[in-house]
Amino acid sequence: MNYRLGIDVGGTNTDAVILDEKNVVVAKCKEPTSPDVSSGIDAAVTRVLAESRIPPAHIGDAMLGTTHATNAIIERKNLSKVSVIRVSGPSGYAIPPFVEWPEDLLKTIGGTWAIVQGGYEYTGAPLAEPDKDEIRKALDGVIRSGAEALAVSSAFAPVNHGHELLVAELAEEVLGKNLPITLSHQIGSIGLIERENAAILNAAIRKLAEQAYGSFRNALRKHGIHAELFITQNDGTLMSVDYAMKFPVLTVASGPTNSLRGAAFLSGIKDGIVVDVGGTTTDIGVLSKGFPRESSAAADVGGVRNNFRMPDLISIGLGGGSLVDLSVTPIRVGPQSVGYRIAKEALVFGGKTMTASDIAVATGLAEMGDRGKVANIDRQKAKTALEVMKRMTEEVIDKMKTSAEGVPVVLVGGGSVILPDSLAGASKVLRPINFDVANAIGAAIAQVSGNVDGVFDVASKGREKVIEEVKAQAIAEAIRAGADGDTVDIVEIEEIPLAYLPSNAVRFKVKAVGNLKKR
Amino acid sequence: MRYLDEDSIEKIAVGAAVLGSGGGGDPYVGKLMAKQAIRKHGPVRLIDVEEIPDSELVIPSAMMGAPAVMLEKLPNGKEPETSFRALEKFLGRTAYAVISIEAGGLNSCIPIYTAACLGLPLVDGDGMGRAFPELPMVSFSLGGVSSSPMVISDEKGNKILLEAVSNQWSEVLSRTATIAMGLNSMLGIYSMDGATLKRLAIRGTMSLAERIGEKILEAGKSRVSAVDGILEITKGFRLFEGKITDVRRDLTSGFIRGIVVFEGIDSCKGESYELDFQNENLVGRRNGKPNAMTPDLITVLDQERGFPITTEHLKYGRRCMVVGMPCHPIWRTEAGIKQVGPRYFKYDLDYVPIETIAGGAR
Repeated sequence: MNYRLGIDVGGTNTDAVILDEKNVVVAKCKEPTSPDVSSGIDAAVTRVLAESRIPPAHIGDAMLGTTHATNAIIERKNLSKVSVIRVSGPSGYAIPPFVEWPEDLLKTIGGTWAIVQGGYEYTGAPLAEPDKDEIRKALDGVIRSGAEALAVSSAFAPVNHGHELLVAELAEEVLGKNLPITLSHQIGSIGLIERENAAILNAAIRKLAEQAYGSFRNALRKHGIHAELFITQNDGTLMSVDYAMKFPVLTVASGPTNSLRGAAFLSGIKDGIVVDVGGTTTDIGVLSKGFPRESSAAADVGGVRNNFRMPDLISIGLGGGSLVDLSVTPIRVGPQSVGYRIAKEALVFGGKTMTASDIAVATGLAEMGDRGKVANIDRQKAKTALEVMKRMTEEVIDKMKTSAEGVPVVLVGGGSVILPDSLAGASKVLRPINFDVANAIGAAIAQVSGNVDGVFDVASKGREKVIEEVKAQAIAEAIRAGADGDTVDIVEIEEIPLAYLPSNAVRFKVKAVGNLKKR
Repeated sequence: MRYLDEDSIEKIAVGAAVLGSGGGGDPYVGKLMAKQAIRKHGPVRLIDVEEIPDSELVIPSAMMGAPAVMLEKLPNGKEPETSFRALEKFLGRTAYAVISIEAGGLNSCIPIYTAACLGLPLVDGDGMGRAFPELPMVSFSLGGVSSSPMVISDEKGNKILLEAVSNQWSEVLSRTATIAMGLNSMLGIYSMDGATLKRLAIRGTMSLAERIGEKILEAGKSRVSAVDGILEITKGFRLFEGKITDVRRDLTSGFIRGIVVFEGIDSCKGESYELDFQNENLVGRRNGKPNAMTPDLITVLDQERGFPITTEHLKYGRRCMVVGMPCHPIWRTEAGIKQVGPRYFKYDLDYVPIETIAGGAR
């Protein structure tokens, strides 16, 4: 028997689950997240292995979901100094790299750059021939600036990345192989500024990701687990740990994605709304064909604009630990919360603070702690408070859904016990089993994807032919990333004609997804 | 006269997207360029049309082509200067001031960049009061100013001096050149003297964009809706409150033609709305009946905050407030309607002003 281990490192808890080949949950556990991340993982793995009684050697694949990288960027901690070479001349000088970056972040990562001749037109034809001597000179500048990592971008790299590769080649020659290089075409899509920003952020967190994922690997090895290791990325699919060490920035939005994917798997719902209730906040997202609906707003990580495709989420200050004040009219719930201190501070656990969970117990909706401790809460007021929480959630559900008809709503997360079984706008409300470890399950069941995003000339080849080509490209990407070719499907194809020109330039975004290849 | 600083540019960029009537391109790249230039050269002087001596030369500055391409192939930065210098040399005169031809979208910010780089004042006004897709669709053209001689330049340093027989030919030839240049170019065009500009400029539109942007940014900070504020400033109307249920697009004769379908929410529950757009929003129909049409402005705002949503960002599921704003009176003349009215865009509709349709209801 071959098992999969899914681990989710959240802000409060580190969850671990073990799934068998049929995706049945064999064991699960929750441990507090440790500041060093790895000892929390270690504790969770110890417990889940003990509870499952599965020999570590039988764990074939291990998946980790973590927002370690995101936190490092937000907190400006342990970031490497980065230098940028942009291959776009004669274009691009009007807006140099690092424009609009927050001062404190710039200070941390240095912010030296050079623009050199090269890059491409939308057709893939060179804007200019690159000059190797000019590039070498720019690379010397990188050494002098004391940069610890290099990011390379070029105009229309998603269409043609030849010049980025050229810089990488020369960089090895001039800088040696030890300086980590991030090429923009490997991590981003159309939009030079945003893609370049993503490449810079990636370069800045590579060293720290190597350490974090390395300690994940060590923690597992220590337990005798020699599984294939994967890290979950923004779109809910997997990267090998070696790939993730090179492109850690692709994990910045993986947290909410895992919860949405886990909810889809646990409930069997492919199109619907997922309400993930934690201790302090509730994240509400939309499933479309089993994947998170993506936000159309420009993404921002730590004050830096980028073009990651983030799940479209609305977060509200409602959770199991939300403070409830019954003495005011209207009754107030949240946004303040006791958070992870709920096990000490909530009334039902012998504390002194009235929380949303206490209301759920008082009204008979949930069972936890000592019910006697909430017996004297005014029943009518408690019901009203419950109604407030329900309405807060319903308002967001209404905002997120796209049709007037009711949609299935899946409740997940440890705090979801505070919500009732019927919600306005919901055709049905589901509470799948193991709802409390949806994130870790989302990581454990994750698939593998391939993406294409570029501007193509549909006039010369014809639209049908171009569509065929971009689809084949996406499928090949997915297989290269470890997908089983027989299971790969195109899950998304977006066609956006470019405005204001009577030419046939069309932007295509294609995504192919398949199951992880069995070994 | 007053100065535009980085703060004003932030506001103008947001307000310009409202005036873009859904089109004109995301002002983002233009905003970054203008802010960079101001950091380097200092704030830009914004002058009233009346401050220009009658005999002095004013040159409008604009980008042409696909704003989406500019997100990858960022400008070199020298293009506007190249176009201006070449045109000045040909005319044997130097420019006194810069003006925008299009206050809606990206072309609101490009002239600020040009003015900053050249050390010239920027005129508070433009030639459209909104965004339109073709070169002859400017008040200057309507008033008889020739777009020629014009200069089209690119990031490589190529420049074309063009003398066309009509503004329509300028449109055709410069667009062909723009495609060859890699889908975008910078223009120096519609040069004219102060006296002519006083007659034809749509006045105060930079300040208007700034005021609209200010309302939206302020509202964003205090997490309230800016819709009322926008309608007050622009004398606009609420056209519909709804959620996007469908967006269809296709390429017809080179321009994007699309339709957005809304399902009513809140005050419009149970009703439906259809919005036709090409590059800009053109005709809105509430329950099948037109309630706003080009050349009046139709802009889709985010329902919650009042942020403008351009046509390329219209997406399934977004909750929106569709608003309409009266266009400048020059577009309501016979010649104006012929140039940019519903029939020009192939709609079998006679133009009816937005306030006539609304009948006083806001």
